[in-house]
Amino acid sequence: MYDVIILGGGPAGFTAGIYSARAGRKTLLIVGTRWGGQLMLTTLVENFPGFPDGIQGPDLMMNMRKQTERLGVTIVNADFSSADFTKRPFTAVADGKTYTSNTIILATGADSIWLNVPGEIQLRGKGVSTCATCDAFFFRGKKVVVVGGGDSALEEAHVLSQVAKTVTIIHRRDSFRASQASQDRVLKNPKIKIIWNTTVVKMNGANHLESLTIKNIKTGKEEEFKTDGVFVAIGHKPNTSLLKGIELDVKGYVVRKEKTEEGLLKYFSATSREGVFVAGDVYDYRYRQAITASAYGCMAALDADKWLSENK
Amino acid sequence: MAEITLTEENFDAEVIKSAIPILVDFWASWCGPCKMQNPILIDVEKEMEKKAAFAKVNVDEQPNLAQRYSIMSIPTIMIFSKGQPVKQFIGVQSKETLVEALKVPGN
Repeated sequence: MYDVIILGGGPAGFTAGIYSARAGRKTLLIVGTRWGGQLMLTTLVENFPGFPDGIQGPDLMMNMRKQTERLGVTIVNADFSSADFTKRPFTAVADGKTYTSNTIILATGADSIWLNVPGEIQLRGKGVSTCATCDAFFFRGKKVVVVGGGDSALEEAHVLSQVAKTVTIIHRRDSFRASQASQDRVLKNPKIKIIWNTTVVKMNGANHLESLTIKNIKTGKEEEFKTDGVFVAIGHKPNTSLLKGIELDVKGYVVRKEKTEEGLLKYFSATSREGVFVAGDVYDYRYRQAITASAYGCMAALDADKWLSENK
Repeated sequence: MAEITLTEENFDAEVIKSAIPILVDFWASWCGPCKMQNPILIDVEKEMEKKAAFAKVNVDEQPNLAQRYSIMSIPTIMIFSKGQPVKQFIGVQSKETLVEALKVPGN
């Protein structure tokens, strides 16, 4: 029996673990097989405060993990297969074991979205990827495409431009939504070409990717674009499919139900269920930074600690 | 964790001639998801109780080995049994998936 079970192993989950342990609460952190979250798929993180030369995403997450382990938090490396939030103590099942606790912190984050076009699933790992930092190496001297127009897509294009022969960004609109810094870096790079107002409708190839069928949204014209690799970077969706009984908003994110007492903030990270708190990208659509996820994780842990004191 | 670092020189002796099933993890230092796989491999090792061996191929240092098995994405895990590759996984795998793959019939 735990005081707190944290579901999710990204910056939100680990920070919640750190604060929960230091509040003297018996804490379990179910991080999942893909622990570390989105930062495991990036290279240099230059905007997390405290690192004048930046820090590699995976290194930052390994540090958070080590820090959390050192504070005595038990970590389970499996995905939770189900959780019951309808009654207390709450339960979560992972790796065939059932764990119980008096509070839960939801920190399951968000996952990459796929295009869901024909050929995509079959060719994953055979030229189709969502992770440039993992797979760029295998496209040394080759032609690659990045699909998307946000910060993730431009970061992927930048990483790929260092090894690939050419990088073509295919974006369905006529302007990027990424930060100005990301845009400037890409627009100045002679190796990166951009095809605007275009989507990918099919991925083609027998044993590995050979081409993409692309369509200009304005003219409706389809053509074949030969490429050795395609990196899908069109955004993320919150991981809420196993969060039954928790209120979600229209976009599928967990709803935060702030609680005040006598006009003062009491619980920032409460959800529709008493004793269940939320942190990170599974709630936050707007900011989605490692530092904001960490901040929400801290607040959720402090909320859970206060709630436990008041609900013995 | 007890894992063998594989090279072109020792691959045959350690993998092909292994008496027990062996899990070969293709990785690189710049690959984030490869780091995700490590704590899970420690769990797999505990559960297998010395009935399987574990080895790693650094694709930067051993490009010929990576090419020999057509590795195009990492992490890739290959399971060898009695000298033959019997399973290949692309991307980070759960403990259950790997334990099931290592409990190859006949071993």
